[in-house]
Amino acid sequence: MTNVLEVRNLSKSFGGVQAVKDVHFDLKEGEFLALIGPNGAGKTTCFNMLNGYLKPNAGSVSLRGQALIGHPPRKIWRMGVGRTFQITATFLSMTVVENVQMALISHHRRVYDLFSRATRLYVDEAMALLELVSMQDQAGRACSELAYGDLKRLELAIALAHEPALLLMDEPTAGMAPSERLALMALTAEIVAKGGVSVVFTEHDMDVVFAHAHRILVLNRGELIAEGTGSEIRTNPLVQEVYLGGGSVFEAESAHA
Amino acid sequence: MNLIRRTVLGALAAMPLTGLTTGISLAQDTIVLGEVNSYTRLPAFTEPYKKGWQLAVEQINAAGGIDGKQLEVISRDDTGDPATAIRIAEELVSKDGAVLIFGTFLSNIGLAVSDFAKQKEVLFLASEPLSDAIVWSKGNKYTYRLRPSTHMQAAMLAEQAAKLDAVKWATVAPNYAYGQDAVKAFKAELTKLRPDVEFVEEQWPPVFKIDAGSTVRALEAAKPDAIYNVTFGGDLAKFVREGSLRFLFEDRDVASLLTGEPEYLDPLGAEAPTGWIVTGYPSTDIETDEHKAFADAYMEKFGEAPKTGSIVGYNSILAIAAALEKAGSTDTDALLTAMEGLIVESSPTGPFTFRAADHQSTMGAYVGKTGMVDGKPSMVDWAYADGADYLPSEDDAAALRPTE
Amino acid sequence: MGFYFAQLLTGLANASSLFLIASGLSIIFGVTRIVNFAHGSFYMVGAYIAYTLVSLWSGSIFGFWVSVLLAAMVVGMIGLVIELTILRRIYHAPELFQLVATFGVVLIFQDATLAIWGAEDLLGPRAPGLNSAVRIMGEPIPEYDLALIAIGPVVLLAIWLLFHKTRWGVLVRAATQDREMVGALGVNQAWLFSAAFVLGSFLAGLGGALQIPREAVSLQMDLSIIGEAFVVVVIGGMGSVSGAFVAAVLISVLNAFAILIFPQISIVLPFVIMAIVLIFRPHGLFGKPGSEKGAPEEPDQPLALMDQKSAMVLMAALLVLAISPVFTADFTTVLMVDVMVATLFAVSLHFMMGVGGMVSFGHAAYFGVGAYGAAMAVKFLGFGMIPAMIFGPVCAVLAALFFGWFCVRLSGVYLAMLTLAAAQILWGVTFQWQEFTGGDDGILGVWPAKWASADKVYFYIAFVFCIGGIWALRRAAFSPFGYILRGIRDSQTRAEAIGIDTRFHQWMGFVLAGGFAGLAGVVFAFSKGSVFPDTLGIALSIDGLIMVLLGGIHALAGPILGAGAFVLIEDWVTRLDYWRFIFGAIILIVVLLAPDGIAGGIQRLLRGLKGGRA
Repeated sequence: MTNVLEVRNLSKSFGGVQAVKDVHFDLKEGEFLALIGPNGAGKTTCFNMLNGYLKPNAGSVSLRGQALIGHPPRKIWRMGVGRTFQITATFLSMTVVENVQMALISHHRRVYDLFSRATRLYVDEAMALLELVSMQDQAGRACSELAYGDLKRLELAIALAHEPALLLMDEPTAGMAPSERLALMALTAEIVAKGGVSVVFTEHDMDVVFAHAHRILVLNRGELIAEGTGSEIRTNPLVQEVYLGGGSVFEAESAHA
Repeated sequence: MNLIRRTVLGALAAMPLTGLTTGISLAQDTIVLGEVNSYTRLPAFTEPYKKGWQLAVEQINAAGGIDGKQLEVISRDDTGDPATAIRIAEELVSKDGAVLIFGTFLSNIGLAVSDFAKQKEVLFLASEPLSDAIVWSKGNKYTYRLRPSTHMQAAMLAEQAAKLDAVKWATVAPNYAYGQDAVKAFKAELTKLRPDVEFVEEQWPPVFKIDAGSTVRALEAAKPDAIYNVTFGGDLAKFVREGSLRFLFEDRDVASLLTGEPEYLDPLGAEAPTGWIVTGYPSTDIETDEHKAFADAYMEKFGEAPKTGSIVGYNSILAIAAALEKAGSTDTDALLTAMEGLIVESSPTGPFTFRAADHQSTMGAYVGKTGMVDGKPSMVDWAYADGADYLPSEDDAAALRPTE
Repeated sequence: MGFYFAQLLTGLANASSLFLIASGLSIIFGVTRIVNFAHGSFYMVGAYIAYTLVSLWSGSIFGFWVSVLLAAMVVGMIGLVIELTILRRIYHAPELFQLVATFGVVLIFQDATLAIWGAEDLLGPRAPGLNSAVRIMGEPIPEYDLALIAIGPVVLLAIWLLFHKTRWGVLVRAATQDREMVGALGVNQAWLFSAAFVLGSFLAGLGGALQIPREAVSLQMDLSIIGEAFVVVVIGGMGSVSGAFVAAVLISVLNAFAILIFPQISIVLPFVIMAIVLIFRPHGLFGKPGSEKGAPEEPDQPLALMDQKSAMVLMAALLVLAISPVFTADFTTVLMVDVMVATLFAVSLHFMMGVGGMVSFGHAAYFGVGAYGAAMAVKFLGFGMIPAMIFGPVCAVLAALFFGWFCVRLSGVYLAMLTLAAAQILWGVTFQWQEFTGGDDGILGVWPAKWASADKVYFYIAFVFCIGGIWALRRAAFSPFGYILRGIRDSQTRAEAIGIDTRFHQWMGFVLAGGFAGLAGVVFAFSKGSVFPDTLGIALSIDGLIMVLLGGIHALAGPILGAGAFVLIEDWVTRLDYWRFIFGAIILIVVLLAPDGIAGGIQRLLRGLKGGRA
């Protein structure tokens, strides 16, 4: 399998504080990769460099051979990187289906069209995407009325509109009920399984991580300290040390999270 | 209760959409005059003016009107906006059946209405605006102007200023067309009379926003022998106060446009400067029979002394009445013919005519000095300056106007 | 040397005056997020009350200062009454809606002041004990200037102590930084708001009262100070009192020196300084990111196309408008042209504000550029009417391209103030550059072509341009371009993340709105026959803002209803005495009855009627 994403020596410091240091990893096609670590480990900084919100001090990122660094977020999106946000970002004054339509309009490069009716464009495609995340029944609802979990699913549909090669999900299950979390990630796993998209996600809920991630990267203080499958990470002493030095920490975390 | 009902009914009657058809349903025995002015924007100047024309209308109607017809003035507030003034003018002419328009104070509104008058072919008597452009560079067939213009008043001051020893002059004027015209005219007239004078400093504070302290100091720094002032209203009060605090006027002559008008002089109270050469209107001191009669009637009706606006409003109606009588008709062409060279034989300020060449009236102004009489500011050593003496010849004036 | 030092002192004395009024404005905005137009009225009323009180105590030093303080307190109480009776009821209205209420208050105060104190300027006495000048380095400096120079920092210090040493002050600062947090802390927000409003009004009143020894009290005081006060607040950073102080010093001192070199600069200097500051510091000198945001509000409802019934009502209304010249008098068609022009102007502003989320305090700039573009094309290039009508909007588009590029880099109130600066600078240039623009004497003789000169013919030209423009903007609002623009307003993050160049998109939205404002300006120019700098002025920008907000910013029909109501009511009330009072009262009534604007009010009414029948 080929690499979708290659991250090399990625580093970022904020005024003397090294937030991310020499991060180095690959992502294979069809892979579902978790990026974990305690708070302040540099996960979000990493993410923001991948999709262009932050400029690294050093290092390179390439998506299928194209360099990503130096491009603004919108360009990186065009190159095939979709994303969902830790705190959902949707167009609250639109309906659910309209949100997806916006992404499609951008995907089809129609954003400067002044005469068509936006709501009549790409309705079928949008409904198909909503169906993918089981939101088709709520298509006509105002986005501002949605439950939080539904917003997350909507974000997923939006992110998929551009047929991304890579999907970045920042804390996709934050703020959701435990049952919803697993459902959302199961849904994501299903989408990955269908092929065409690879996923990197950060996550606090270790149940979610261990249930779905193909591979896990562990960050601590900006450095990658471990990499491996669920069971490898679970038993990695370095990781256990980082997570408060206890073997049962992962369970405890998920219990009170 | 009655008052409220009347207000409500009046308000309803004033609703613009109630009259669906052209509503000239006025009785044959009235002549409707349309009037527009900045009543809310500049009440200090337009209220006395309104009282002036009200008095004249009342007197003319009491004396039987014009050819047996009563005068009726429909007066509207232009809110200080030229576009609104034009809409109102349109309504006055087309709905209210006004035979002519008069009024306006601000120069830009005067110009806007004069251009409207030209387009819609209706007579406009610009009562108060001072701008030279109204009768000269932007003059037109349909527009006449009553009040002595910026140029005329500046020329009156220049004549007095030329008699002074002062050689180095500084000017301070509000930064808009009026101020600019006033400075230009004064410079031109004074230099004509006294080629040796030089202008060493110009200050252009924004109108009604003068930074008086800094302006005074900038003038002081130029060490002029004399100062020519065009600021008025609130700016003038600030300028006078800051200037006297900083000894700007000490041992300096000051020539000041319009400062002798009660509208501007009275509010200065005890702090009014003395010895300034000014144009204005010594309303209570004019002893001619015509003026006494006017001033007494005005006092009687309104309980206060007339101001410059009052005399302008009063003379506006006298001029219009004279034109209506001479024309013998309310037809615009007849009125235009009547206005050409119209002589108003008798007015509180004396006779004046409307010059055929440039449509400017020869109504003059009073030139004198400021002083304190019984603790109140007033004009002293004044004399009436006939407007005719301060206008270019009719041929020269005609050349200033656009060809029609 | 002495001369320049004295000039500096003069500037500092002005700075103190300016700071007093600006500090109150900044506090009110910081805490309540109200853009308080009535602040200038508080200042004016403070001066009038102080005038009356000072005159009673003539000559006594003690009496003077007591009068000043009393006047400020009375103004504080007036502020309290306004806060309790009006503003408190509309804190949850859409962003900036409270501004409409304060505009109503301005109108009421103008006529109330006229009725109480009369039209003539009132020159109060000089300050007893401080009524002459002292020589400093040989230059005469008024004693009262020195007192003012001291009062400014003293007030700043007092506010600082209040904010840092009292619990109330700490809460005020917290509220300035994060409103939601204060709500979460369980603080009685209503009380906090009232107190901030009283303090702000008090300071405005104090500023006005302290002007007594410097200038004549006049009816122009309110409007002549408010623009500059806002500029000071914005340069300093919204909500930052010390920022306001620095900004006041900056503006006043620069002005004191600038007029030595270039006297004409005064009319635009504050706005030029503001524009420069905002370009380099998008939150003012001391403002924090987020300080520009209004109160948090409910998201809009999704746009819906009109149902068939409403569409039919609309078509019928249009038809009536189209055939109205047949059965109405000439003057009514003239009025209808004004209504259509105002409506297109308001709709274009709404496209920017409502759809694009970019509030503009200077939209008249593009209206005016359109009008001037057409007028100058006629005068200098000899264009006919129709070519000039096309040329005007092109000019407006160019102006919007230029100024919009800077403006879309900011957001919230800062963006709004930069649009204002742009408009004021354009106004200043137009006003000053007499040879080219005619200065304030304007450009005359811009009448329609012969064939179109009849009022009724011109009505149809205006109809085509204005209704066409409104239709095009409505179409644009429903287009992908408009939807994406709304999307950027909702969430810039999301828009970026679906590949939108948000800044460019907003820029284009700005330009589109500017172009259509220019079209309105062109129709206006030919209907009036002349253009003046007023067409670019603050007053027109504010009128547009009031139309949009009063109509209801959340509905596409809002600006249409707002403009119609505004023009027709104004045309009607100006026939009455004390019409400003009446107009202000009408605005307040609408504001209180329909805090979501006329459009929202009508919707609720219709829903209520339907509910009643069911």
